[in-house]
Amino acid sequence: MALAFDEYGRPFIILREQDQKTRLRGIDAQKANIAAGKAVARILRSSLGPKGMDKMLQGPDGDVTITNDGATILEQMDVDNQIAKLMVELSRSQDYEIGDGTTGVVVMAGALLEQAERQLDRGIHPIRIAEGYEMASRVAVEHLERISQKFEFDVNNYEPLVQTCMTTLSSKIVNRCKRSLAEIAVKAVLAVADLERRDVNLDLIKVEGKVGGNLEDTELIYGILVDKDMSHPQMPKQIEDAHIAILTCPFEPPKPKTKHKVDIDTVEKFETLRKQEQQYFDEMVQKCKDVGATLVICQWGFDDEANHLLMHRNLPAVRWVGGVELELIAIATGGRIVPRFQELTPEKLGKAGMVREKSFGTTKERMLYIEHCANSKAVTIFIRGGNKMMIEETKRSIHDALCVARNLIRNKSIVYGGGAAEIACSLAVDAAADKYPGVEQYAIRAFAEALDSVPMALAENSGLQPIETLSAVKSQQLKENIPFYGIDCNDVGTNDMREQNVFETLIGKQQQILLATQVVKMILKIDDVISNSEY
Amino acid sequence: MPIDKIFKDDANEEKGERARMASFIGAMAVADLVKSTLGPKGMDKILQSTGRGHSVTVTNDGATILKSLHIDNPAAKVLVDISKVQDDEVGDGTTSVVVLAGELLREAEKLVTSKIHPMTIIAGYRMAAECARDALLKRVIDNKENAEKFRSDLLKIAMTTLCSKILSQDKEHFAEMAVDAVFRLKGSTNLEAIQIIKKPGGSLRDSFLDEGFILDKKIGIGQPKRIENAKILVANTAMDTDKVKIYGARVRVDSMTKVAEIEGAEKEKMKDKVNKILAHGINCFVNRQLIYNFPEELFADAGVLAIEHADFEGIERLGLVTGGEIASTFDNPESVKLGHCKLIEEIMIGEDKLIHFSGVEMGQACSIVLRGASHHVLDEAERSLHDALCVLSQTVNDSRVLLGGGWPEMVMAKEVDELARKTAGKKSHAIEAFSRALVAIPTTIADNAGLDSAELVAQLRAEHHNEGCNAGIDVISGAVGDMKERGIYEAFKVKQAVLLSATEAAEMILRVDEIITCAPRRREDRM
Repeated sequence: MALAFDEYGRPFIILREQDQKTRLRGIDAQKANIAAGKAVARILRSSLGPKGMDKMLQGPDGDVTITNDGATILEQMDVDNQIAKLMVELSRSQDYEIGDGTTGVVVMAGALLEQAERQLDRGIHPIRIAEGYEMASRVAVEHLERISQKFEFDVNNYEPLVQTCMTTLSSKIVNRCKRSLAEIAVKAVLAVADLERRDVNLDLIKVEGKVGGNLEDTELIYGILVDKDMSHPQMPKQIEDAHIAILTCPFEPPKPKTKHKVDIDTVEKFETLRKQEQQYFDEMVQKCKDVGATLVICQWGFDDEANHLLMHRNLPAVRWVGGVELELIAIATGGRIVPRFQELTPEKLGKAGMVREKSFGTTKERMLYIEHCANSKAVTIFIRGGNKMMIEETKRSIHDALCVARNLIRNKSIVYGGGAAEIACSLAVDAAADKYPGVEQYAIRAFAEALDSVPMALAENSGLQPIETLSAVKSQQLKENIPFYGIDCNDVGTNDMREQNVFETLIGKQQQILLATQVVKMILKIDDVISNSEY
Repeated sequence: MPIDKIFKDDANEEKGERARMASFIGAMAVADLVKSTLGPKGMDKILQSTGRGHSVTVTNDGATILKSLHIDNPAAKVLVDISKVQDDEVGDGTTSVVVLAGELLREAEKLVTSKIHPMTIIAGYRMAAECARDALLKRVIDNKENAEKFRSDLLKIAMTTLCSKILSQDKEHFAEMAVDAVFRLKGSTNLEAIQIIKKPGGSLRDSFLDEGFILDKKIGIGQPKRIENAKILVANTAMDTDKVKIYGARVRVDSMTKVAEIEGAEKEKMKDKVNKILAHGINCFVNRQLIYNFPEELFADAGVLAIEHADFEGIERLGLVTGGEIASTFDNPESVKLGHCKLIEEIMIGEDKLIHFSGVEMGQACSIVLRGASHHVLDEAERSLHDALCVLSQTVNDSRVLLGGGWPEMVMAKEVDELARKTAGKKSHAIEAFSRALVAIPTTIADNAGLDSAELVAQLRAEHHNEGCNAGIDVISGAVGDMKERGIYEAFKVKQAVLLSATEAAEMILRVDEIITCAPRRREDRM
């Protein structure tokens, strides 16, 4: 009861109930939370694995998204429940941190919650369960470290990277040409990777999509693609050996920040002002010309007069280029972004071997290719596809593949996919459980069982007998003490994931287990839910 | 313990079988909607807009129909989208792509009810699509080398495209027109350079292609109506009082005389500009923006034809046609490229006066004047012509052509059938289904023409058993005939796009096992 008595014995209400607030307490609260978490996980469960299905999401404005990516599904699902929101967060943080395995982490968390419910029914205190899970996750992560393998690759031999990216892509709709997409992703990452520092700045990879053509036409461009065209229709469409002036100032007379007025009261003043204005334009263009620029890329627009002057002086220009793109162009061409005309110098110009405009389809859609850049550290992946949804989904898939490749460059360790790693961990955790004397032992065993749910879902989605398949693989792993056996989703005929070339990154897997455990712990610790009943 | 609602109030989710059913039904409904417009004897649809005036569109064009529909079903939206992309990419086949995707889903539904997993169906469809494309590639005809033949190919394609549209009566006429227009583009796909002017009145047959350029504008009063050997300055500049662009400038005066002085200076400025323009030695000035009365008068005094307010595309086209550059500053008259043409005159089409530029230097652009009984006819004629132009311009770049009249579908179906026989496993059912879906297109064409489709398609299939057969359905005579002799051709690029995007869309819809609809965004209380 949220009723207390003050020192005089008068009752007062701490928390108003019924009318405005709904309140769940104790075991009920935990049960309700677990049920909500499980419901979210159940939605994603069927998307797991190479034979997983997609979800169709209709947004509030009627726009349709079709996707297989866990993070995207949850993000657009419009959830209302608090616990469900936690799960959404969970998948998002996996997405930020690792970029892949966003579905897996939610399925894992769902399984952990399901097991926790069973332990609660046994009367084990939620905190004990949470602690047991914590211990178990530590065991699992350590075990993963043990069974992981380092694999060697370098710039010339990137086959292993491609294989890993293919594992990621195989669960997406784009698996039709996963080989070529994986190669594109790996080449893109290697092009921008800093192998010395083992780091990859994914911002340097631009993913651009255009509806039309088909997936096979997707290409990697060593350079930048800008969705803009030349400012004047009669400017040259192709510039070889371009010297690019990258400007963030508009071709306009200066605009002081302080408020001011220029008063015109005589005809002379009017005349001088007019002259000056013309001079401004002239000077600006001349300045660009003087430093030897053969192409101007401007963040702002410029009016017809400046446009024509540029055209007239044979200086092609592109206007309204976004800030991010401008930065990329600067990086790629080795130029500097120049905020003022006065500061233009020949050294600050970017250089590109070829700039060309290319048009698509029957509509007037043009794009600008900036290629053979001085510093090829920025690349663009240009996606083509049959329709808008396809392009969006391909973008997401490529993003996942890029993340995987990046993770591998950061950390070369891999574990085997197809549920093999989970099964191995499950065995290890199960074995470790017996060593713990307390109530936690049960929680640890439950954790092991929850780990099984990922391979189980994989088998289920692939149309195999889940329990039968899982137990077969499990016993095989135990008997031969080899952690490479997983679920044969593609019906290849072997359980050996080494032969099937199904890899996942070690950090990705570890992160999955850690994040899922953390969220579940958090959910288990909640014993009181207070919400406004208006909702 | 009951599960709390996970979603917001109005959001809902459909799962598994129900979701699949919902998307199948939605997609098929859309496909059936446009199905009856397919083929030369396809029917049109009337679309009435809900906006003010309830404007009416009569059309046969799949993309136009679908674009105007208000669709709630997410799967149906996917189909609308592919049809739109088809329109943007190749311009024609917008109905076929939706019908094929719908048929693929219809077949898939049957397979799903007979307990075949969607993933298996997708795998089968993919193999089938690959095989179908190879089959087409084997049978393409490429006449790029032979200009004469290529032109006749294009003509035939144009006629095939047009025969399903309102222009079918005069398809030879329009096909000639479209081919001529596309050849003038010289390989560019920028259809903006072809201007279509619609003028109600006369009959469709009176439409014509003009070698020169027609601008839908009037000549200013008091200016010459006819100029020979015109030198044209194409400009985009403000011809009202030029504003001072320096920020914060304003006029502050203390007496009326000063105002008058400044006004005089402004006028002077304008006059300067006009003089500068005149210094180019032109006798025609075309501006994108308005020309005010004052400069217009100055131009008239100088005997220069000044045309104001030509829209942006008009300007660009005029630049293309006359070879002049679009100017905005006028300080260096010697280096601005002027446009030239032999003759500018005012012509009358129907009741309207238009300006006609003939004898132009670079014939990259041209105008097509459409005449017709009503706006609806003209709109539809424009769409049809647009389709033909799109297809032709794409074919100029990719010169491979195929026969039409259901021939490609039968060729693909045959190959796919053979593949089905060779393939082991459940996939072969899906491959077989793919071939059935392909055959549905000639069936629909025949059905729409009121022919005995079962009989005709069976006959066609038998004919196609012979190697190198050219048989297709000739809807006009209502029998199976040699497509090569009848001159029914289609562009390979269109067929390929239809095949690939229909398969892709079907695959996408098949993969879905759950539909989650968010709560619709609340609108202000207007509706």
